[in-house]
Formats: sequence, C-alpha cells, structure tokens
Amino acid sequence: MAASGERRIGDVVLKVENISLAFGGVRALNDVSFDIRAHEIRAIIGPNGAGKSSMLNVINGFYHPQQGRITFKDIARENFGPYDAASRGIARTFQNIALFKGMSTLDNIMTGRLLKMKVPFFWQLLRYGPAMREEVEHRRFVEGIIEFLEIQAIRKVPVGRLPYGLQKRVELGRALAMEPDLLLLDEPMAGMNVEEKEDMCRFILDINDEFGTTIALIEHDMSVVMDLSDRVVVLDYGRKIADGTPEEVRSNREVIDAYLGVRH
Amino acid sequence: MLYSIFVDPFVQMVELPDLLVQVLWEGVVAGVLYALIALGFVLIFKASGVFNFAQGIMVVFAALSLVGLHENGVPAPLALVLTVAIMYALAWSIERIVLRPLVNQPDIILFMATFGISYLLIGLGEFIFGGQPKMMITDQLMLPRGAIDLQILGGRVTVQKLDIAAAVIAGMMVALLAVFFRSTRVGLALRAVADSHKAALSVGISLNHIWVVVWFTAGLVALVTGIMWGARSDVSFALQIIALKALPVLILGGFTSVPGAIVGGLIIGVGEKLGEFYWGPLVGGGIESWLAYLIALVFLLFRPQGLFGEKIIERI
Repeated sequence: MAASGERRIGDVVLKVENISLAFGGVRALNDVSFDIRAHEIRAIIGPNGAGKSSMLNVINGFYHPQQGRITFKDIARENFGPYDAASRGIARTFQNIALFKGMSTLDNIMTGRLLKMKVPFFWQLLRYGPAMREEVEHRRFVEGIIEFLEIQAIRKVPVGRLPYGLQKRVELGRALAMEPDLLLLDEPMAGMNVEEKEDMCRFILDINDEFGTTIALIEHDMSVVMDLSDRVVVLDYGRKIADGTPEEVRSNREVIDAYLGVRH
Repeated sequence: MLYSIFVDPFVQMVELPDLLVQVLWEGVVAGVLYALIALGFVLIFKASGVFNFAQGIMVVFAALSLVGLHENGVPAPLALVLTVAIMYALAWSIERIVLRPLVNQPDIILFMATFGISYLLIGLGEFIFGGQPKMMITDQLMLPRGAIDLQILGGRVTVQKLDIAAAVIAGMMVALLAVFFRSTRVGLALRAVADSHKAALSVGISLNHIWVVVWFTAGLVALVTGIMWGARSDVSFALQIIALKALPVLILGGFTSVPGAIVGGLIIGVGEKLGEFYWGPLVGGGIESWLAYLIALVFLLFRPQGLFGEKIIERI
C-alpha cells in the first residue's frame, strides 16, 4: 500500500525554516525546520502537545510565528493570513471538524470554489450569461468531488445532521474543491472506526495519485502513517526530533523514547 | 362578552368589507415598514450571528445625514449619494475599529459592542445634526405625495401614494437581497461566515471584506427604512424606538431569513391593525403597542425557530 516510489516526487514546494512559536510562556514550536516536496505525502507525528497542529496553523496562516521563515512555491513570506494561504493554494481540514453546519453538503463543498469564482458580482446578481456558465462549471466540478468521495446520497443534507465520519469526508471535499497545491490534513482519521479509516486512507492515496496533490498530514495511528507517508517529521515538545522515511523514523532511538516515555 | 370577542368583530368585517380592506391595507403598509427594519437585523445576524442593537439608530443616522446634508445646501440627489458614501464609511470604520479586534470572540461580546456603536451614533448624530426633529425631504427625492381613492366593494378605500411607493421599494429590495444571498459568491461567503469563522478563513474568505459588505448593505437598508419612516412621521431620534418592533417580526420570521422578515412583518402589521380596530375598543384601545409582542410570545411556544428560520439539529 506504500505510496509508489520516489520518481514522481518533485522539487521542494514548501520550506519551513527555524520556526519558533510561543503562546505567552509556552513554547509550542522551537526552531523547527523541514520541507515538503511536490506530490509527496508528508506526515507530521508526535505525542500529544508536541506542536503538530500549531505547525499546520503556522503553515496555513492562522498563527504567526515569532521567528522563522516559510517559503511556499519559491516565495518567502513573513506574516501572512489564512486568506493569503488559501489564495496561493493551501487547503486544510481541522482536527475538530470546521464545517458550515447549517448548509448542505453541496453548498459546503461549493464554498471551496469561492476563490475560483471570477465573474463580476453584477452578473451573478442577474443570473445571466457568464455567471450561469461559471456556476454550471463549478457545480460540475463539485459533483465530481462528491462522486469521488462517494457522498452522493447526502448531497442536500445539512452537514450538522451527518455522522462524524461523513462530516470528515465533506470537510475533505471542501478542501479538494479548492484544487490545492498543498493539502493539510489535521488528524483525518481521528475518532473513526476501522472501516471509515480504511476509506479515508484510500481517499488520501487516490487524491495523491490521481490529482498529484501534495499532502501534509497529522496522524496518531502509526500503522496508517507508516503505510501512507513518503516521509515523516517527528515533533516532541515543539522540537523536531527526527525526519526521514517511515523506516528510518521507526528505528530512531529518540522517537521510540518519545513515544514510550523513557526518562532521559 | 364572548359575543363581542368571537362574533361581533367578524360580523363587522363582513358587513363593511370596504372598511376591512382599508384596515388590511394599513396593516400591510405598517408590515412592510416593520419588515424593512427587520431586514437590517437579519442581514447582520445572517452574516455574523450577532443581533445588531445599533440597527435602529443606523436608520436614524442615515435619515439625519440625508436631511442634514440637504439643509446645508446640498442638492437632494447628491445628498443621497453622499449619504450612501457615509454609510459605507460607517461600515468600514465599524469593521476596522470594532469587529476586527473582536474576531473569534463569543457572540455576546459582539452584541455588547453593538450597544457601544449605538450610543456612539446617538452622540455623534446629536453633535452633528442637533437633537431637533427634521422633515424628510420627500418632494426632493421625488417620492409621490397625496392619496388615491378607490371604489371597492361598495365603499371607498383611501390609499396614500407614498405607502404604495414604500411597498414597491421594499418589495424590490427584498427580491434583490434574496437573489444576492442565493446566487452570488458574496452571498455564499456571507452564509459561510455566519456559520463558522474558522472554516470560512480556511477556504480563503476574507472576514474583513465580508463584514464591510454586510454592514454596508445593512446601512443601505437602514437608509431606505429611514427615508420611508421619515416621510410618514419625521426624522428624529424617537424613530429608533420602532426598531424594537422588529423584534417580534424577527421572532415570527426567523432571525436568518430574508423572506421571513417580510412575512413576519406583514403578519405583525396586519395583526396589529386588525386587533386595534376590531378588538381594541373592548379594552379601551391602545393595544397596538403590545399586541405584536403577544403574537410573538405565542409564536415562540410553538415554533421557536420562526417561520423560515433554520432549525439547527446537532448531534451530540
């Protein structure tokens, strides 16, 4: 099941250098550096509170690190917000699902297309000509995603009523609708049963395979991480303690200590 | 007693149908005007989940700006354009100064902030335009004046031209807003922002931009409301009291529904006038001022989410 070989993996798309982030006295991230290459599946793992989600939030522009630099698609940026991240092709999902609960599955995924809608406001108001064409086009794209994720049956259901596993899937759909260059998944399989996990694994691999999307994911289930990812970063207490292929990481002394809680 | 409550009013309605039509029309007009105010609330509630306490004063402020500018020698059309610009500036400043620092705060904090905006606007309005009531510049805005007498059902029904204009304008505005929410990207983004800030940010919606748009739209609605209400009475700070009438309308129509605001407004307006005219004399009149709240209260018992409101069912 391991992702297929090094040949399809391209150049570095995202480079994270010496990132430090603190909340008051709490150091969430301490001088963390790593990179993500095009088309790879990159896992970020670590014990609870290691700073994994903080790292995603930094990449996605929710948090502004006090130090360090992030280079995405060869453009370094200092302080930029989630809007900039999204418009440059970074999409994400959340650990505790963030969906538009009152809106249908279709509308939720449609919001992922917002940045791609270019027709002037005025035409949209008239629902005429170019606006109609554009809407049909986006609608077709969204239907494609719905089919891909096998959620046709819940197209019109307000997502607040869906079971957890399906909500996760809708959230993934919304991120996919953005046609991202980099997809950040924060614990995509948390709280799922075995069957749902297998489905989600399949989707992640398919996304990576079919669309060539670069994926960075946080996950706790080690077997999943080892199966899915090309390379793994391990964080512990906000520091990077290992970085490499799943095999390298698995045999790393420090990683084993961090997970088993060995006293130093 | 029972006779005069349950039978007599209806007998009157049947016996004098022209009078009934007149009362209904009065109700519809009042309803349309309530609906206009309610619309302003719905807009902001839809997009930020906040009950904007300042909507009533925004109505007064918009109307005052328009009249005040005209008093100072600005021709009416230009004054109208300038007032629109003022409402935009207001929306922009509110976003910048009040909302932006409060991102991700609980709704109640934002609600309290709208109290602050409300008092600030009262002070600002009095400081700039003075506290005296002003006349709305009805003629200069080319709003019709006078009345039409209609021969209906063997009687005479008087209809103010201004009221017809108000109904038409309100109708157009509602249609426009409904399309705006349903089929534009800004509309979709608005609904998204209302639901979850975090998720909206992650798909690249700029909260700042959306809030300016929504407060500006609410400002425009306030301006139209101010013109219409101002033309019927006069422009004074007492106008903000009518904003309280929007509450029962919102309870009936649902806080998040544009059509709901209209239907709710009409029910309240018509209910009020019918109640006052046919049942009011039983208790010596004056029930108009509280009947709306009674209707809303009864309604809350049966359909708390309103006629068109979203029923939020959440899994726990």
